[in-house]
Amino acid sequence: MAAKIITVTSGKGGVGKTTSTANIAVALAQMGQKVICLDSDIGLRNLDVVMGLENRIVYDLVDIIEGRCRLRQAMIRDKRFEELHLIPAAQTRDKSALSPSDMVKLGEELKEEADWVIIDSPAGIERGFRNAIAPADEVIVVTNPDVSAVRDADRIIGLVEAEQKGPARLLINRLNPGMIQRGDMLDAQDILDLLAIKLIGIVPEDEQVIVSTNTGKPVALEEKSKAGQAFRNIARRLMGDEVPLMDLDFKEDFMYKLSRLFKSGGG
Amino acid sequence: MHAKIKKDAFPIKGFREGLLITLGEGDWPKVMNSLLEQIDDRHAFFEGAQVAIDVNERNLGAAEVSKLRSLLADRQVTLFALLSKSAATETVAETLGLSTHKSVLKESAKDLPRALYDGENALLIRKTLRSGTSVKFSGSVIVEGDVNPGAEIFAGGSIYIWGILRGHAHAGVQGLQNAVIVALDLQSNNLRIADTHCQESKIKIKIKKRAEIAFLDGSTFKIMDWDQYKRLE
Repeated sequence: MAAKIITVTSGKGGVGKTTSTANIAVALAQMGQKVICLDSDIGLRNLDVVMGLENRIVYDLVDIIEGRCRLRQAMIRDKRFEELHLIPAAQTRDKSALSPSDMVKLGEELKEEADWVIIDSPAGIERGFRNAIAPADEVIVVTNPDVSAVRDADRIIGLVEAEQKGPARLLINRLNPGMIQRGDMLDAQDILDLLAIKLIGIVPEDEQVIVSTNTGKPVALEEKSKAGQAFRNIARRLMGDEVPLMDLDFKEDFMYKLSRLFKSGGG
Repeated sequence: MHAKIKKDAFPIKGFREGLLITLGEGDWPKVMNSLLEQIDDRHAFFEGAQVAIDVNERNLGAAEVSKLRSLLADRQVTLFALLSKSAATETVAETLGLSTHKSVLKESAKDLPRALYDGENALLIRKTLRSGTSVKFSGSVIVEGDVNPGAEIFAGGSIYIWGILRGHAHAGVQGLQNAVIVALDLQSNNLRIADTHCQESKIKIKIKKRAEIAFLDGSTFKIMDWDQYKRLE
């Protein structure tokens, strides 16, 4: 059952790492997989809130590393899925509390406990980022279709390659088809031309995501949400299914272009 | 490395099969002594060598050829061929088991002509430079790939991008006024040559998608299509 460990990172803050981590984890659990999601953003934890589990925290990641509890004691079971667990970050410490080798050791323990371990990385390129990618088998880089997010993603991809965890896969989050049609937003091809890595999925802008965060009910659980559907597709691609890109109300020729670039992007 | 070659040293040419020594004119004993001297002078070079000797038009008898061979063998040099324009010498050589045809020596790769032009040092990078990468080199820099925004190159010489230049390029950092910046697709205005910045606006630069070159015309920073630039000279 050795788990695949995936770290979700971005460089830039606020692009959707935590949302993506929670939703990919939930979508995999929905498919019957055994999943542990881990918040490594020590000091600024958010994954617990997005998953609606903030009232159930007793122990956290730092407690495990510092030996105050066993691994299983810190694993919080999800309200909806038996085989989905969360290990929260510590809120009262900071990123110097852990080292990359601590994370690697933890990763080895976690491998025995699930099919998937999804790690939410903090923003930035310093210690927190290095901690988060240390145990990873694979890295997903999240970006938004704007110039500054893409610039940061490029940097992060370079660092991931330098740490020998590459090549990463790209998740383009908060794509707004209307803005693209008006020429106000970068399209996926522009982004992929620069970043030159494979695409794992595109998640459209969806107001429902904000509602979901506030209610602690990840959007992947919402049948009607397009963002939710995108996350469910990403989970299927992780499992090896070749799922075509969703129809996001684009003009037909643009859609064709997108699906073509996606095929070359793999996933 | 061409060490001191004595004026009357016999020319030596290298082939895959071994060395070809072309003897000059004169009495055979004298010539043979000169040859042996030449070999003794550079005994380390000749030790273990396979050697073909071109005796030109001389008529040599079996005794002479045989003696040559053993004197060479004393110096750990193996005579494997004797080339001559004299049929008699050829026959003698063949009797002694030596090869006599020039065709036995094929052109070796070591005989590639020297470069026609002497170039400077250049650094070749065969990947795209991502944001945050910094390259510094005293000579010229060639990138086979893109240079992304947030990546930077500082070169003492020129900068050649076989891809899209979106990052920062500074050529001629040590003051070389005629350094240039060339790219297949020049999309950055973050360029410097020696002490002069690019003044063109970014939008204007981004429109073209053809090979362009940035250079200094006196103290003016200019960008031109590669085609046009070539015609300037």
